[in-house]
Amino acid sequence: MAREDDLDRRRRELEAALSARRPETADEGKSAKSGGLVGAGNALKLSSEFIAGIVVGAGVGWMIDRLAGTSPFGLVIFLLLGFCAGVLNALRATGQIAEFGSRSSGKDGDGDDRN
Amino acid sequence: MASDPIHQFNISKLVPIEIGGLDFSFTNSSAFMVATVVAAGAFLFVSTASRGLVPSRMQSIAEMTYEFVANMLRDAAGSQGMKFFPFVFSLFVFVLVANLLGMFPYFFTITSHIIVTFALAILVIGTVIVYGFWKHGLGFLNLFVPSGVPGVLLPLVIAIEIISFLSRPISLSVRLFANMLAGHITLKVFAGFVTSLSAFGVVGIGGAILPLGMTVALTGLEFLVAFLQAYVFAVLTCMYLNDAIHPGH
Repeated sequence: MAREDDLDRRRRELEAALSARRPETADEGKSAKSGGLVGAGNALKLSSEFIAGIVVGAGVGWMIDRLAGTSPFGLVIFLLLGFCAGVLNALRATGQIAEFGSRSSGKDGDGDDRN
Repeated sequence: MASDPIHQFNISKLVPIEIGGLDFSFTNSSAFMVATVVAAGAFLFVSTASRGLVPSRMQSIAEMTYEFVANMLRDAAGSQGMKFFPFVFSLFVFVLVANLLGMFPYFFTITSHIIVTFALAILVIGTVIVYGFWKHGLGFLNLFVPSGVPGVLLPLVIAIEIISFLSRPISLSVRLFANMLAGHITLKVFAGFVTSLSAFGVVGIGGAILPLGMTVALTGLEFLVAFLQAYVFAVLTCMYLNDAIHPGH
């Protein structure tokens, strides 16, 4: 047991020593990457997020219409909600809005528990 | 055929099988799925067979893959997420090897069919939903309730969050499929320019150098995309699994 703890400690120290040397090389890699290729990848990622939201919204609305016989209204409402979800997805993908299900902190996390 | 950029995605039946009116044929797609699994499995078996303390090159590749996926999963989902390691590792290696196999000329790219990537994405989301409900019960639904939202807006926000959640498998599968499809079509189109231009004599052959250079560059780019998309697929899987392990953390 003591041997394992010792090993763990030594590994942590090694990790710390290694990470002290790493930043210079890591930064170089990041700046070299910011070319057109990553931009194209981002564009594809964001558009797929946005379109997926719309497609799912339309699909859910269409299913509700079919099952409940409320034709055009389900499609209209859920398509609009789908647009919202698409925008939400895209903003999440760029990191401008908090991730799925994450609470910002403990103190305002109690507001929703009553509902 | 040489100039048809879509032909490479045709499904052909190798062994026609029909059970109860359903088509279970063994197609070229199935053949390449088997090839992918066999190639990945054989590589891992062979490379780790010697189990050297100082790894050989092959063993080193296998170990780096292991550590790469393990770190990815631990960063995204914490050490609790490590119970999903076999799942994430298999997915990553399957997608990566399938993408790379597709880079061989005349080979079939299974990830360029949306039904394959969609099945993989459904597997991921299905795991997230089943594990989330099994582990947290109805508490898993907290995932759809963001904090600090006024009560009036709550139904609207919850509907949007649910649609956003349901859109994940679609964006996950569309991204992989679209990247592979678009890359392979572009490659084929530029390669087709080379043959059709060189039919115009000396001037044509001179002009064909441009698309040839483009094809070479695109091939390099496609190798990068093959790796990048496998990585993105695995990273997003880890993030979604994190939601199942800690909903509303």
